[in-house]
Amino acid sequence: MTDSLIDIGLSRGLAVLIAKTLGVFALATVGLLWTFFCIWAERKVAARFQDRLGPNRAGPFGLAQTVADAIKIILKEDIMHQGVDRWVFNLAPILSVMSVLLIWVVIPFTPTLIGVDLSIGVLYLFAVGSLGSIAILMAGWSSNNKFALLGAFRAVAQLISYEVPMALAMLVPVVLAGSMSTQDIVRSQHVMYLIAAPLTVLIFIIASMAELGRAPFDILEAESELVAGYQTEYSGFKFGLFYVGEFLHAFTVGLLIAVLFLGGWRGPFAEDVPALGFVYLLLKSFVGYFAVMWIRMTLPRVRVDQILDLGWKFLVPLSLVNLIVVAFLWKILPGTDSINSAGDALVPSLVLLAANILMIAGVGMLLREEGRRERARIAARRAAQPVSEPGSVADAAPAGASD
Amino acid sequence: MTVNEWIFVGLFLALAWLLPATPIILAKFLAPKRPNPIKQQVYECGVETTGNTWVQFRAQYYIYALVFLLFDVEIVFLFPWALAYNKLGLFALFEVVVFIVLLVVALLYTWRKRALEWSS
Repeated sequence: MTDSLIDIGLSRGLAVLIAKTLGVFALATVGLLWTFFCIWAERKVAARFQDRLGPNRAGPFGLAQTVADAIKIILKEDIMHQGVDRWVFNLAPILSVMSVLLIWVVIPFTPTLIGVDLSIGVLYLFAVGSLGSIAILMAGWSSNNKFALLGAFRAVAQLISYEVPMALAMLVPVVLAGSMSTQDIVRSQHVMYLIAAPLTVLIFIIASMAELGRAPFDILEAESELVAGYQTEYSGFKFGLFYVGEFLHAFTVGLLIAVLFLGGWRGPFAEDVPALGFVYLLLKSFVGYFAVMWIRMTLPRVRVDQILDLGWKFLVPLSLVNLIVVAFLWKILPGTDSINSAGDALVPSLVLLAANILMIAGVGMLLREEGRRERARIAARRAAQPVSEPGSVADAAPAGASD
Repeated sequence: MTVNEWIFVGLFLALAWLLPATPIILAKFLAPKRPNPIKQQVYECGVETTGNTWVQFRAQYYIYALVFLLFDVEIVFLFPWALAYNKLGLFALFEVVVFIVLLVVALLYTWRKRALEWSS
């Protein structure tokens, strides 16, 4: 594209500017439109998990369902209730989509196709990702609604808590690749980092799920407690934008897992045929995306104190230990500073894999011990106040009411 | 190649702002607008809202924010180390370990002070 512009007589700088500008336009539009597909895919998968059919009326396989929904929601009345802080209220949904869309700038789609190959790509991801919590706080605060405000407070407490383990997990690929550029990270994954750092991937998925605000971490919109949390007062397309932001974010988490840990566009012949790299990236990101969906469909919601405990007392120490172990082993293993092929990387990666398995086993044992202690504590508390027999009417009624 | 790459990030920022704003503006023309006082009440499950919403919040949130700030700064310091990891020797690694251990001590302190407990 740049070359053909130079051919018609433009200077090189201008040609690059025009080509890149068009590219940025295309990336933003495609990224946003991709949400239509994501929402359809997620609804379809969710339906299968719950033994339903899912959308199947509009278009083939219900593919046009999201388009129909979008047209419907844009025709809905946008209610501005009393006492709302107008500017902030209108900006919040836009910002929530923006924070996710900005991540796409540094995603390397093929060996040559990347929005902007920033030299500080991972730091940029970290910075842009934290914009989302500001959007949620803005939405909750401006709504003039107590449910929304409570939801926003919880959301921000949760999001900032999980930003720490997520950033520490993102440091591991930076250490292994020795670069913060996402393209360099992909290029240096001769053996994908999933092999070298499986524990990091687990931490990253858990922290990303919390950043997404999805089940099992969906206390920020816990519908049985807070109506809909920070989005209670939103209607029309502004509500739709939060929805778009969440689904796009879910897919983007899959993209990030693919880029940082699964080798991005790498695969057989990807260097020669760039389009093939794109296909690989897409397939890999759907692996991550499916994992996120799977966890969402399977696990029940956890309480707010449990979420924060999991973040601060488990994930933060664990990710620090993980970072130190990976960095230490990678330093003392011979030949890790000049890896140019899969053969070079295989042995160190396998050593790291063994260390990771040891760590996971140790953590599992610790967790089992903690679970045993917790169960004993609960049993002791039950024994101290024998109010009712389990399963009796007196026991069933308050349990049902509190749900 | 004289064009600064951050120009495109800025351009993308503007686009990422503009594209989600488009449907909201579009909806302004397409959607009906029939406000009435009942419809515009604050939604609290049918109960009329009492008191001001923008009140003081629970101090626990503030403590979490403080602890977060501590670790956020730590991560900012760790990024340059991770970037120069290949060029630095084992000594720098030990220094980073000391740095992390200091912060773990801080985390343990907040933990023991029960700042990380949700129920007061």
